[in-house]
Amino acid sequence: MVAVSDGTMERPRRDRLSRARALHGGLALVLVLVSVASLTVGATGVSLGGVLGKLASGEALSRMERVVLLDIRLPRLAMGLCVGAALAISGAVMQGLFRNPLADPGIVGVGAGAGLGAILAIVLGSFLPAGLLAMAGGHLVPLAAFLGGWGTTLLLYRVSTRHGRTSVATMLLAGIALAALAGAVSGILVYLADDQQLRDLTFWGLGSLAGASWTKLSAAAPIILIAIGGAALMGRGLNALALGEATAAHIGIPVQRLKNAAILAVAAATGAAVAVSGGIGFVGIVVPHLLRLASGPDHRALLLNSALLGATLLVGADMIARSLIAPAELPIGIVTAVLGAPVFLWILLRQRGALVDF
Amino acid sequence: MLKAENITVSLGARRVLDGLDFTAEAGQVTAIVGPNGSGKTTLSRAMTGDLAHGGTVSLNGQDIARLKPWQLAALRAVLPQASALAFPFTVIEVVNIGLHRGLAGAQGRVAMEALARVGLAHYADRPYQELSGGEQQRVQLARVLAQVWEPLLDGAPRWLFLDEPVSSLDIAHQLQVMEIARDFAAAGGGVVAVMHDLNLTAMYADRVAVLAEGRSLAAGSPEQVMTDATLSRAYGCALRVGRVPPPGVPFLLPHPAAAAVE
Repeated sequence: MVAVSDGTMERPRRDRLSRARALHGGLALVLVLVSVASLTVGATGVSLGGVLGKLASGEALSRMERVVLLDIRLPRLAMGLCVGAALAISGAVMQGLFRNPLADPGIVGVGAGAGLGAILAIVLGSFLPAGLLAMAGGHLVPLAAFLGGWGTTLLLYRVSTRHGRTSVATMLLAGIALAALAGAVSGILVYLADDQQLRDLTFWGLGSLAGASWTKLSAAAPIILIAIGGAALMGRGLNALALGEATAAHIGIPVQRLKNAAILAVAAATGAAVAVSGGIGFVGIVVPHLLRLASGPDHRALLLNSALLGATLLVGADMIARSLIAPAELPIGIVTAVLGAPVFLWILLRQRGALVDF
Repeated sequence: MLKAENITVSLGARRVLDGLDFTAEAGQVTAIVGPNGSGKTTLSRAMTGDLAHGGTVSLNGQDIARLKPWQLAALRAVLPQASALAFPFTVIEVVNIGLHRGLAGAQGRVAMEALARVGLAHYADRPYQELSGGEQQRVQLARVLAQVWEPLLDGAPRWLFLDEPVSSLDIAHQLQVMEIARDFAAAGGGVVAVMHDLNLTAMYADRVAVLAEGRSLAAGSPEQVMTDATLSRAYGCALRVGRVPPPGVPFLLPHPAAAAVE
C-alpha cells in the first residue's frame, strides 16, 4: 500500500440528513400555526377565538360565522396548503431531474399549456354549445387549464423521448419552443378578447385562491396528494441523478422509470394546482433553494420539507394578499413575486460563478 | 468471470466496435489499452450496460441484459471518466449515494472506510465541489469501492469497472489507485480498467487487451501482448518496449542525438 496520509476514522459529527429530517417536525409545527392564523384573518369580523368559544360552550354558530369559516376560509386554507405543497415539491423534483437548481415546474410545459387552456376557455368559451357550457358550469377555465397543461406535457415528453430514453436537455429546449408557441397563440386570443375577458385573463395569470370551494378542492386535492406522495418517494433516485444519469443507473436506479414517474407527478400536481389557482410563481424555485441552504441538498429530506414549507409560505402569502388592502384583495401571484423575486436575486448573487452547468 | 461476445456498437453511421470478444477473470486486473478512438471506453460502456449493443455480456454466468438495475448494482460498480455533481453535497454524502438500501446500517462505517482507503477521510465534511479534480476522482473511487465493498459476496466475485482511473492524478495517487485495484483483485474481485498509461498497465495488469479500430488486436499477459510489433501496430507509430535491468545496474534511456541537442 502506498503511504498517503489518512485522516481520522471518526464518523463526521455533523450529519446533515438527520438534521434535515428533524426539520420535518419544526416545519410541520409552523405550518399548523400559520394555518390556524389564516383561519382568523379575513375581511369579515369573524374570529376563530369567538367561534371556538361558542363551540366549547355549546352555543350555536351564527349563519354568518358558519359560512365564513366553513365555506370560505376553510376550503381556501386547504387549497392554499395543497397548491403551495404541490408547487414547491414539484420544483424540487424538477431541479433534481434536470440537475439544475434553476429549473421549475414550468419546464415540463404545464405553465404554458395551462395558460393557453385558460385563455382559450376565457375568450372562446362563450362560443361553446350552451349544453356543454352548462355541464362545465363555472369550472370551464380550470378544466381547460388542466387539459392544456397535460396536453403540453405529453407533447413535450413525446418530442424528447427516443428509443425509450427521455433526454432532459431536449425537453428543456423543446419546452422553450412550445412556450413561445403557446405565448403567440395566447397573444392572438388577447387581441380578440373584449375588455372583461382581458381583465379575467390578467387576474388568472396573477393567480388567486379566492375561487376556492369544496367542489374545486374535491377535484384537485386527490390528484395533488397522490402526486405529492409519489414525489416524496423519489429522494434516493434524485440523489443518484445528481451524479449524472449513467452513474445513477450504475448505482441501481431504474433511471427511465424515475424520469417517467417524476414528469407524471409534476405534471399532475402542477397541472391541478395551476388549474385551481392560476399562475403562482417563485414558490417552486425559492422554497427548495432556501431548504438546500438551510439543511443540504439530500432529496430524502428535501422533498417533504419543500412540501411543508411551500404550503406554509403560500398560506402566509394568501393571508397578506387578503388583508393588505381589505376588503379588496391582491392577486396572490403578486405577493409571491414581490417576496420571491428579491430572495431569488439574493440567491443568484450568492451563487454567482458557482451555478451548475448541464 | 466476465465474458463479452461478439460486441458490436454503432454510433450514428459509424461502427465503433465490430464483433469484438473480451473476457476477464475474477482475481485479476484486466486492462484495456489502445489509441484514442479505438473503442476502449465504448467497450467498457457496452459491458456496463450504458450503451445499446449487439452481442452478449455475461457477469458470473448471468446475462447482464436480464438483470434489473439494482441486481447489477450489487454485482458491479463503475467509475466513470469524469463526474459532475449537480448540488452541493459533501464528500461523505457523495460516497453514501453509492450504497445500497440493504446496507443502511453499515452506511457510516463502509463510507468512511472507503474514504480512508483513498486517503480522504479527513475531507468527509468538505463540500465535494470545492475539491480539486484529482481529489474528486478519488472520492468517486471511494463511492465505487463502497458500492462493492466486499470483493466476494456469498462466494461470487464482484466487479470494478474503471474508466481511466488515474487520468487526473499525480504519480503518488496513480500508484495508490492501481494498488487499490490490485488489492481488490487479490481479494477475489474482478477489475476491468481502461488505461492510457502503458507503464502502469505493465506494472499492475495481469491481463491486457489491445484494441485498435474497434477490434481486438491481442489479449494476454503484459509480457505476451506488450511487444514492439503489437504496440507499434496498435498505436500507429514506432514503439520500442524496454526492460528494467536487474537491480543495482545503472540504466540509460538513450535519446537520438539531434533531439537531445535541440
